Amino acid sequence: MLVPLSWLKEYVDIDITPEELEKKLFSCGFEVEELTETGREISGVVVGLVEECEPIPETHLHVCRVNAGAHGSFQVCCGADNVKAGGKFPLALVGATVIMTGKDHKTVEGVMTIKKGKLRGYESEGMLCSGTELGVTENMYPGAGYDGLLALPEAAEPGADVKPMLGLDDWIFDVSITANRPDCQSILGLAREVAAVLDKELKLPAMDYTETEVKKDGFSVTVDAPDLCPRYIGHYVYDVKVGESPLWMRRRLALVGQEPISNIVDITNYVSLEMGQPMHAFDCDYLEGNAIRVRRAAEGERIVTLDSKEYTLNTNNLVICDGVKPVAIAGVMGGLNSEIRDTTGEVMFESAKFVRDNIRKTSRALGKRTDASARYEKGVDEYATIHAMKRALHLIEELGCGKVSCTHVDVNTGNSVEPGELRVSVKRINEVLGIQVPNEEILRILKNLQFAPAINGDELILQVPAFREDMETYQDVAEEVIRMYGYEHVVPTFLWDAKVTLGGQSVEQKKELKLKRVLCSLGAYECIHYSFISPSDLDMLRLPEDAPERRVIRLLNPINEELSLMRTTLAASMLNAVSRNQKKGNLSGRLFEAGKVFIPGELPIKDYPDERDTLCIGIFGEQESFFTLKGMAEKLAETMFGHFVYEPAGRPFLHPYQAADILCEGEKVGYLGKVAYEVAEELDLRTDAYLLELDLKKLSALCDKKEVFIPLPKFPDEKRDLALVMSKEVTCGQVEETIRNACSHVGDIKLFDVYEGGQIPQDKRSMAFTVQFLPGEEAFEADSVDRFVKKILKNLKYHLDIDLRS
Amino acid sequence: MSERSDRFAGIRQEILEGMEKRVESRAAAFELRKQFLDSKTGKIGQMMKEMKNIAPEERASFGKSVNELKEWAQQKFAELDEKMKAKELRLRYELEKIDVTMPAEERETGNLHPVTQIRNQLMDIFVGMGFEVAQTREIEKDYYNFEALNIPKDHPARDMQDTFYLSPEFLLATQTSAAQIHTMEKKKPPIKIVAAPGKVFRSDDDATHSPMFHQMEGLVVDKKITLCDLKGMLDLFVKKIFGEETTTRLRPSYFPFTEPSVEVDVSCYACGGKGCKLCKGTGWIELLGAGIVNNKVLENCGIDSEQYSGLAFGIGLDRTAMLKYGIGNVKLLFESDLRVLSQINDN
Repeated sequence: MLVPLSWLKEYVDIDITPEELEKKLFSCGFEVEELTETGREISGVVVGLVEECEPIPETHLHVCRVNAGAHGSFQVCCGADNVKAGGKFPLALVGATVIMTGKDHKTVEGVMTIKKGKLRGYESEGMLCSGTELGVTENMYPGAGYDGLLALPEAAEPGADVKPMLGLDDWIFDVSITANRPDCQSILGLAREVAAVLDKELKLPAMDYTETEVKKDGFSVTVDAPDLCPRYIGHYVYDVKVGESPLWMRRRLALVGQEPISNIVDITNYVSLEMGQPMHAFDCDYLEGNAIRVRRAAEGERIVTLDSKEYTLNTNNLVICDGVKPVAIAGVMGGLNSEIRDTTGEVMFESAKFVRDNIRKTSRALGKRTDASARYEKGVDEYATIHAMKRALHLIEELGCGKVSCTHVDVNTGNSVEPGELRVSVKRINEVLGIQVPNEEILRILKNLQFAPAINGDELILQVPAFREDMETYQDVAEEVIRMYGYEHVVPTFLWDAKVTLGGQSVEQKKELKLKRVLCSLGAYECIHYSFISPSDLDMLRLPEDAPERRVIRLLNPINEELSLMRTTLAASMLNAVSRNQKKGNLSGRLFEAGKVFIPGELPIKDYPDERDTLCIGIFGEQESFFTLKGMAEKLAETMFGHFVYEPAGRPFLHPYQAADILCEGEKVGYLGKVAYEVAEELDLRTDAYLLELDLKKLSALCDKKEVFIPLPKFPDEKRDLALVMSKEVTCGQVEETIRNACSHVGDIKLFDVYEGGQIPQDKRSMAFTVQFLPGEEAFEADSVDRFVKKILKNLKYHLDIDLRS
Repeated sequence: MSERSDRFAGIRQEILEGMEKRVESRAAAFELRKQFLDSKTGKIGQMMKEMKNIAPEERASFGKSVNELKEWAQQKFAELDEKMKAKELRLRYELEKIDVTMPAEERETGNLHPVTQIRNQLMDIFVGMGFEVAQTREIEKDYYNFEALNIPKDHPARDMQDTFYLSPEFLLATQTSAAQIHTMEKKKPPIKIVAAPGKVFRSDDDATHSPMFHQMEGLVVDKKITLCDLKGMLDLFVKKIFGEETTTRLRPSYFPFTEPSVEVDVSCYACGGKGCKLCKGTGWIELLGAGIVNNKVLENCGIDSEQYSGLAFGIGLDRTAMLKYGIGNVKLLFESDLRVLSQINDN
């Protein structure tokens, strides 16, 4: 919210610097996001009295002798048509800074520093300025809009700084107001806080006016939707003379970026800024049926708003109607049909409270956000609704632009705007804070905040003004006290009265961290990706229509289609990360992510979906292969105290012959494989990439073994090398499994050679293994291992038709 | 006699000359030794065999002389062997000379994500203070994300602009604060939990906002919990994260689920509070939001607010990581660029 210091000073005596005020506001909960001086670009500009003014022949220029009081007397060349001897104009001295304008004398092109110059052979020491060159508009100073010099009044003292004269010494505070304080969304509301923090009196603006005898006969206001409009006040004003607002009002509006329009419209805007209550003025000539009706719009009802845009409404939207038709979208914008014109003679002023949620929904649905809708969304209190109307009527009189009738209609649901009593315990307040705030301080603070406090024993009795809808409990009072008393009074203690608790991370959290650390030790970097993916990601993975990954939760209001689905696999995000890296020239690397996939029960979701902890690894580069990734998988199995079995199994996005399911305890827990060439091409991958995905939740449940020490063997193990010849269809995994099943003493099985060709028949290959045999409680007998080997060979022959290589 | 002693002297001479002229290696030294000391073929060995041809009365002195010669030769050869060994080692070392300034053979180790690193640091601190670590959900019910946290239906924070909805009832968590409610529904005081940094989502996507970021939520509910406790706890915490000289500043703020609510600033650790680019000249950096748990929230969870009070805080991990490591753009955290990920290794 923009707050000019000069406007604030209307209600509070501020005797500190703008910077000090910024600190005070900050300390009591109002952060000033920006503090700017209105004339910050302007310096070194003083009142100049033109004493001599001679035209330079054959030009439009004049050479002048300008008296700048104590600064001296200077020769200045000037091209403006209104320069004349005896006139007083702003003189930018050599070294001054002013706004640089374009050829049209209007466009701001930056800031320039005035230097000594020569024009047509005439020395020029300084520059006489226009309003635009000083950043002053017609709304801030009369005559400032003239395309020529800004004429200063007769009384101006030559040599005096022009900034105070032109209002260029003002300060604009851009204050951020928290959502609990809609009452501070106005100059007066903030002034109330400033008065409190500075221990000063708040001076309320004048709200008095005199009603005439004139009535608008038969006029009525009906509120059909009191649930959406708890209060509606209408007041009839006649003998209206539409014209320009006085300078002081235009100036204030301009300072906060509001374009002055006409006195009647300006009054509504001014009151809105001053009191925080949006107001509207209808031209009575265009109100049919001598009535105002507040109702829900009919389905398909149309209205053209002040900005000439047409909207189609529905029953969720609240409209203000006359006896016949909608004349405004309540709380959003008035209708074009009843807008204030130059010819307007009678006005119906509206000051109303609308329910904030409804205004927000309407504003969103129509895509129309106005100053009024923003205020209603934050919340407007009925105290302001009443007082704003009074203020507006006062201004009508003050500006002399109309007469206040005695037709005043107030339709309300009976909410009180009288202060409400709140009784709280002083002890509880101090208990929340953890310090003892002296009673007299509590009283002082709460009095400043207009709570009219009294203390009776431990009881603190407050009269809460209607605009403080946020004040309900002792906690709220505690906050009021401490923010004004000062947070620097809070002394650090460390849970002195709390019970000692035992902290710690859960087993799952620790396991996950352990896995992450192991992956780091394997050269992989952790990534974090968005939980949402794009529908095109699922296509990129070439998942068929009926793939489980396509049963996905959709966001109702995604930022865009790319971020619209809750992911059911981490593969797409990982592949995109690999692709991004390659595009940036990182041609090899290892990445991993531990994140959640979201598996819905019903769709659309009716219950919490399964948020499955999942691990994904993506590796890429010349040195990587299926087996380097498998090595990482094995390390993970070891870390989890599990054992993985790999079964060849394709995935649409993986190489058909370099992909496998990962099984643990007979259950599928994930997959790994080489990224299919079609996918790699689509992602512009320049090297091979490999992908692994593991269901950590499932895996964790399957591997619940504890870390235990296995005693070292008492007896030595034995090893045998077996070179086997088998069909090419037989896999290494099958051989290992058969060996293991044949003998319970088998420990490690290591493949050390694979051979084809030579004496090996064409359709066969040879694999050589070192098999380790572990003795149990007793040492092996002389022929034990030979018997084991015999059994193994027999089983290999029987199950897989494998022979010992001769 | 002299003929014999000449012979001994000759052999000594022969050995010394042999050592001097012919021996360049340990192997050559061994060969030379064999010529003299091999028990069968060596010259000294053979002299031992001559014993039987020597007159008995001379045998003793001959034997003594041969033994002396043998011992002398053994000694000499042992010395020679030592010398050759040293020489060969020296040659080997020279052969193996390398240019130590050549590049290392690297075995890469990865890093945890900067957000995980910050998470771990925070967990260490809070677990040390006796906090349990709870889990958070990414998909939440409206009730837990808003209603139970005293964010009524018409509150601006609920706006569609900020929240991603999945259905009228379900949404993407906009804050980890729902963990407060889940915890208080399950546990009775004393409660001390931090919600494991969870992903939270806001419908914001521009240069400084990411639609997904990470929060960690802390909650203490016990008897007589005060604003002073909050300050004391956060003071300890920031000292651990940013250094001993770091201090905190509380200032009023607003969250529907805490009352009073505060914004917690830390003294700028880059300039020590003097004012610099990082803290935009103010000497302070905004770090987290906190407050005393609103009684309505306690009551919503069936906790007697007459008896118990609580404090809560929420901290953005991404922001903390960015501040601590000087990462300028939040988007960098989620792009997985190895050039970024390989830089931060803080635990």
